Amino acid sequence: MAIGTSTDLGSGPAAGPGLVPAAGPARQPRLRLPRSPKVLIGLAGMIGFLTLAVIGPWIAPYDPDRSFSTTASFPQPPSAAHLLGTTQQQQDVLSQLLAGGRSTVLVAFVAGLVATLLSVLIGVTAGYTGGAADDLLSMLANLFLIMPALPLLIVIFGFLPPSQGGDDLLIGLIIAVTGWAFGARVLRAQTLSLRSRDYVESARITGERGWRIITHEILPNLIPVLASSFLFTVLYGVGTYTALAFLGLVNPNHWSWGGMLFYAQVAGAEQSGYWWLFLPPGLAVALLGTALALLNFGIDEFINPRLRVAGLSRRRARLAGAGGTAARPPRRFVLGVTPVVRGREPR
Amino acid sequence: MTQLRLAGQPPATGTPLLEARNLTKHFDVHGAARRRSGRRALPQRRRPMAGAQGPSADSGPVVVHAVEDVSLALAEGQITAVVGESGSGKSTLARLLARLIKPTAGELLLGGRPVPPGRRDARGYARQVQMVLQDPFSSLNPVHDVRYHLSRPLRVHGLPTPGLSLDETIISLLERVALTPADQFIGKYPHELSGGQRQRVAIARALAVRPRVLLADEPVSMLDVSIRLGILNLLGDLRDTERLAILYITHDIASARYLADTIAVMYAGQIVEAGPAQAVTDDPAHPYTQLLLGAAPDPDRAEQAPGTSASRASRAGRRGTPPSLLAPPPGCRFHPRCPHAMAICAEAEPREFEVAGGHLSACWRHARDLDDAQAAPLLQLTPHRSAASTPLAPHHPHPTREET
Amino acid sequence: MTAGQAPAAPARATAWRPLLEVRGLCVDYGAGPDAVHAVAGADLTLHAGEVLGLAGESGSGKSTLAYAITRLLRAPGMITGGSVDYHPEPGRTVDLLAAGESGLRVLRWSQISVVMQSAMNALNPVLSIGSQLTDVLRAHQPALGKAGAQDRAAGLLAMVGISADRLGSHPHQLSGGMRQRVMIAMALALEPQIVIMDEPTTALDVVTQRDILEELMELRARLGFAVLFITHDLSLLIEIADSIAVMYAGRLVERADATALFRAPRHPYTLGLLRSFPALHGPRQHLTGIPGSPPDLRGLPAGCVFHPRCRYALDRCRTDAPALLPLAEDGGRLAACWLQHGAAAAPAELAVPAPGADLAAAPTVRTQP
Repeated sequence: MAIGTSTDLGSGPAAGPGLVPAAGPARQPRLRLPRSPKVLIGLAGMIGFLTLAVIGPWIAPYDPDRSFSTTASFPQPPSAAHLLGTTQQQQDVLSQLLAGGRSTVLVAFVAGLVATLLSVLIGVTAGYTGGAADDLLSMLANLFLIMPALPLLIVIFGFLPPSQGGDDLLIGLIIAVTGWAFGARVLRAQTLSLRSRDYVESARITGERGWRIITHEILPNLIPVLASSFLFTVLYGVGTYTALAFLGLVNPNHWSWGGMLFYAQVAGAEQSGYWWLFLPPGLAVALLGTALALLNFGIDEFINPRLRVAGLSRRRARLAGAGGTAARPPRRFVLGVTPVVRGREPR
Repeated sequence: MTQLRLAGQPPATGTPLLEARNLTKHFDVHGAARRRSGRRALPQRRRPMAGAQGPSADSGPVVVHAVEDVSLALAEGQITAVVGESGSGKSTLARLLARLIKPTAGELLLGGRPVPPGRRDARGYARQVQMVLQDPFSSLNPVHDVRYHLSRPLRVHGLPTPGLSLDETIISLLERVALTPADQFIGKYPHELSGGQRQRVAIARALAVRPRVLLADEPVSMLDVSIRLGILNLLGDLRDTERLAILYITHDIASARYLADTIAVMYAGQIVEAGPAQAVTDDPAHPYTQLLLGAAPDPDRAEQAPGTSASRASRAGRRGTPPSLLAPPPGCRFHPRCPHAMAICAEAEPREFEVAGGHLSACWRHARDLDDAQAAPLLQLTPHRSAASTPLAPHHPHPTREET
Repeated sequence: MTAGQAPAAPARATAWRPLLEVRGLCVDYGAGPDAVHAVAGADLTLHAGEVLGLAGESGSGKSTLAYAITRLLRAPGMITGGSVDYHPEPGRTVDLLAAGESGLRVLRWSQISVVMQSAMNALNPVLSIGSQLTDVLRAHQPALGKAGAQDRAAGLLAMVGISADRLGSHPHQLSGGMRQRVMIAMALALEPQIVIMDEPTTALDVVTQRDILEELMELRARLGFAVLFITHDLSLLIEIADSIAVMYAGRLVERADATALFRAPRHPYTLGLLRSFPALHGPRQHLTGIPGSPPDLRGLPAGCVFHPRCRYALDRCRTDAPALLPLAEDGGRLAACWLQHGAAAAPAELAVPAPGADLAAAPTVRTQP
């Protein structure tokens, strides 16, 4: 029993004098806004990038393919006309960034979605059914897990005709095929644990059928893990897609951040100091990755309340101390030395 | 032990609602646990081992003898309590009766007719026999509200009461378990309910299908003391008003005496004593029951002068722990801890003896026809505490006296 | 079964020297307006050599109180008021709330030790119990040396009835009862004056529980330490405690000698609790327990916290919270109830005459169950 949101993973009466029982007044805990700054930053970042994916190409100042000058042969540094400068072909970097954002984000999310779906299908089924089916599906997952993803993708993309090489959906699907196995193992482990919970047993006693138990009893309790697995796979998709584009395996006419890095390398940007060619796309990838990772941390803390920093936020500490001569409670608690904070009226 | 059947209290209406005959459950042991048990033989095909003695040292399948040859009858309008410590097999017995696990041997009879093994008609069985689990904090899915929990059994078995909507049926269920005002509870989630309220919801869920038999596996052990009686009284009411057959599993013999009509005491997978509740607690016949009663907290006894002979004898028996179920002791499974053990106790499993009307005990002390050799007391080593995983050291029987 | 009293000790615990004095202790979880007041103004006195039972259900604050006394309460718990004074010798006082980390470290285990509820959680699963015992010894008595610590560890195990060859075992190789015995041995390693036991036998079966409690009482008779025994099982306390304090929703509601509490309770909650334990003997009576359920600490009722569940509630109980005061009939007993301190007479069930103080003239010994 935990104060506030309780999630099933790791629920049950807390041993020892840790937490206070919560048979409280009616509350809807599941839609509480997250409090932790990590989660808020991550959420803001993700929403920002998703918005970018949708409106990017429209707000781009110029057509990313358009070349502005036929005379200049060096990439131009940022100026008033081109906020992020131009490439060697005199194309506007900012427009490329915005246009490439859509492709990168789209591929990453498609990969994440499809991979998560696959991992649910295989992982949860394996965990719940057990026996021979479990052995078979686990073997399949292990196979895909040990397959080296990048070399395999390189080979596949090498065989793709160039026209297909620009199809975001297809790219996402192919990346998903290499990225579902890890999530499947995690979900299988969680399902194994949930399968022996009392409420699953009660459902069996009631006479529910197996598939109904999976979808209605087990899956809803897997949502936090699913969310985390999804975000992790999206991260994987971003990285893999960028790597593939950087290696030139994706149709070069199709803009993406990885493609921009490819061109940057072709232009010798690093040696020649053309930082506006590789810094914006690199930073964009890094920021998207950071946002996803922060969100993931937040979900981890939601799943396991013990990961939350044991202590008080600055605001709470201030509130508690507000009252004249009251002593301030400490920000960080030292285990084994319970703080003594006087100044309250004993009731 | 072959058959220990509970005689229901009169008037017994003929066939019991649910009957178990010679139920046995052996769990296979794999991997590290098998190596630790010292067995090197490969497991053989599982075969029913009805009424067998413990397996010999190095042969035979490696199994945990969780439940051995238990026979039980649950009669309409009766509460039968099964009392035992942890590891006695009482929870396994409940799951066998609920058909959550398959028995190694033995059969179940529902309303006098044998239940066919396998998944055939599992749903029909679930309509007749329902179960309430021990932990109210995990027996309700935290993502679903009370309405969902109570509507599922109705939907699965196609059962809303004719003339009433689903919600009305649910409200009447909540009222039956005294969760009123019912419309306030119907939308609540488990974390918004106290332990006692959750347990009532679990009972309501079990009652939704209108079963004839209710199996309650330690329903109040995890609840606060002051609300336990509320739940126990509810079970008593269900027995009286709905004529359910209730199986109440517990480790607390005082609550068994309070609630139940009949008590069966389990030890190491077997029923060692059974009979009317008051008879078993007032005049325990089996040494293990005496040990249990001596160990239970009894405020009234605390004021007696300490160090009476009864307490000293029970102290001697308390040393030691329940035997390993991987290799139970031969003969009576309690004999290593029994202060009255005789030679025969180490050799043959006792059959049940009727010590009074309807009161049965599986102990050789009640036999009238033992010869001197069989009745010679076993010389026990100085009682010492042993780990639960190793049986006690072998003992040496007292040399027999000369026949006169 | 040895009764809770030490041999030839005065029947009244208050005749003994006070060892630990808690006055008005307040403990909160969290801070600010959302804080949960887990303990509100608790007064407690533990005397040398006494077994004080602290009884209560979930949310009563009994564990919180015990851990707050030793400053072992985990975040976000904090002490917001009151005082805790420890008197190791007559005339010397240590303020436990003012002590810093080093001061507490000296006190802990050598003067005050704790046996926790679940030994499986409290013992390190990857270390042998021998090394955990010697750990304790060498931390506090480095002069002992390795061999000395080993010997003493073996002696401690022998004291709780475990053979010395178990020194090398790991916790998972021992049964539940043995693990709890190891915890007790660890708690007694430095012969402290106070041992706090937090539901030490709850997870064990009835027979092992009886064993351990008996050994505990024997050890206490031998070594003379005081015990603060926390449990939800009041019937257990009657057998081993000298005096009992009952807590409800963070407050103490009654405190009395064990026999007096059992035979003649003065608070309706205590009465209700006593009636929640079915008897093992005698005619079967219908019992009702206490209606309702323990309250949520975030939404406590006004006035007396118990009044919604109390069948004797007066109008005054809904508005004024009663203080824990000595009873008129017996200054050594405390109760927080308007029925005892108000103008109206208490109902018959709460005014049963207390048994005589001298245990030799005990009420009739039961000959027939």
